[in-house]
Amino acid sequence: MREILTVLEADARATPERIAGLTGIPEDEVRAAIAGWEAEGVIRRYKTVVDWDRLGDERVTAFVDVTVAPERGRGFDDVAERIARFREIRAVHLVSGAQDLRVEVEGSSMKEVADFVAQKLSGVERVTATSTHFLLRRYKDDHQLLTEPEPDQRLSVMP
Amino acid sequence: MGAPQKPLSRVVEACPPSGIRKFFDLAQTMTGVITLGVGEPDFPTPWGVREAAIHALTRGATTYTGNSGLLELRELICADLERRHGTSYRPADECLVTSGVSEGLDLALRALLNPGDEVIVPEPSYVAYQPCVAFAGGVAVPVASDPEQGYRLDAERIAEVVTPRTKAVLFGSPSNPTGAAQSAADLTALVALAEREDFWLVSDEIYDRLTYTGTHTSTAAVPGAWDRTVVLNGFSKSYAMTGWRVGYVCAPEPLAALMHRIHQYTMLCAPHVSQVAAIEALRSADPDVTEMVADYDRRRRLFVKGLGELGLTCPEPGGAFYAFPSIRSSGLSSQDFAEQLLEEQKVAVVPGDVFGPSGEGHVRCSYATALPLLEEALERMGRFLAARA
Repeated sequence: MREILTVLEADARATPERIAGLTGIPEDEVRAAIAGWEAEGVIRRYKTVVDWDRLGDERVTAFVDVTVAPERGRGFDDVAERIARFREIRAVHLVSGAQDLRVEVEGSSMKEVADFVAQKLSGVERVTATSTHFLLRRYKDDHQLLTEPEPDQRLSVMP
Repeated sequence: MGAPQKPLSRVVEACPPSGIRKFFDLAQTMTGVITLGVGEPDFPTPWGVREAAIHALTRGATTYTGNSGLLELRELICADLERRHGTSYRPADECLVTSGVSEGLDLALRALLNPGDEVIVPEPSYVAYQPCVAFAGGVAVPVASDPEQGYRLDAERIAEVVTPRTKAVLFGSPSNPTGAAQSAADLTALVALAEREDFWLVSDEIYDRLTYTGTHTSTAAVPGAWDRTVVLNGFSKSYAMTGWRVGYVCAPEPLAALMHRIHQYTMLCAPHVSQVAAIEALRSADPDVTEMVADYDRRRRLFVKGLGELGLTCPEPGGAFYAFPSIRSSGLSSQDFAEQLLEEQKVAVVPGDVFGPSGEGHVRCSYATALPLLEEALERMGRFLAARA
């Protein structure tokens, strides 16, 4: 049954009929499984991987390492959730190492991102330090290579 | 004066050129062709394997290796066969690393055959089997398999062509071109026949990891078979490593020793860097293989169903990445079907008769092709057939 998810992960638009054809699992079982996973939150949402660079869009992303003074009894949860609620925040992860949270910030210009970090993020209670790394180029996202695919070099007919 | 007037090798001249050649030349002149005609994965070699080979080149893996191949690789191969097939070979003298199964096949036949010895080849068969028998001084004895029975190895049919000169039966499972994966029961019947009539089994298992409907049975794992079986295998198909030219043969020591002798005088060794890549493949690329197999399996379901809807029926292929549908409903010969399909719809398939006369009325389609292209190919084949209905 996990194969259904493998197919969906590669192509969120795959219909139950198509998934049934590809996996050999009956269509009604595919529908039921997907409905179940949607209800349980195993499937969180259906997503499109967009290479915005190719559209020429100006988007600026920064990875910000955030040091946090944890709260007694709550650890990092409260701070992480407060940070995560900002519209500008794309992702929040608690990581091991010198810093505590690694967050991804997105904006339409470098100034916008810098202002967000300086004025909002660093001002969140219990945030003691930030270290910002601007993203220069994305090569792979969600297991998807964003570089040119390798050409098929096979000859057209071979034994 | 020009070239000498004395005749060139009669054995080679008597061997017809591959029927695929003409077809290949035609396809090469065209653009926009969707090819289902290729006997190799559309995946590139897993990156970790390529990275290991690049690193090895920087560290000097540019020399010959010992004739048998790197010991580390042979140890990994034997451990892998033991784990997956339950067969046991000594890395030191029962396993030889070759330049692909193609070399292994040639070595096995040359080490086995005396002039005039007969080798039974169930058809449809891989294009190289019968020519290689002839080049080794033997006589190929084809025997047709039944599509109605899913091209299973039929020991009774084979028994009908056994003679005192029968030295071996040569077959591939899973099969190129039919995709048939042989069952333990059918192999057991064949082994019993081999014991009774005293011949060898040359078992090409290059597609062993690419099975979808059951688990692969290695011929050598069938009780009584080990002492009379040569197993040919390699990295080309499972690990998407066709261009590296690295494979192996496993056989009982007396035969392995003779194969080794030919290999040391003709090939010397398989490419060093490819052997290092093969080591990395066995060490770390199994998850890549699992993903590729799952992907082939999805394409297989979609493609075989699509063929059925077009009236091009075929027994469910249990392994490899080929479907071998009947095209009789089109009223065309397999050569005409393949040629016209290429010219009119730009889809390349391989006419079935190149795999032996019993392949007539069929074409070989490889589904080692990306899903959207497979779907487009099915549509084009639909238009091709509709124009003839």
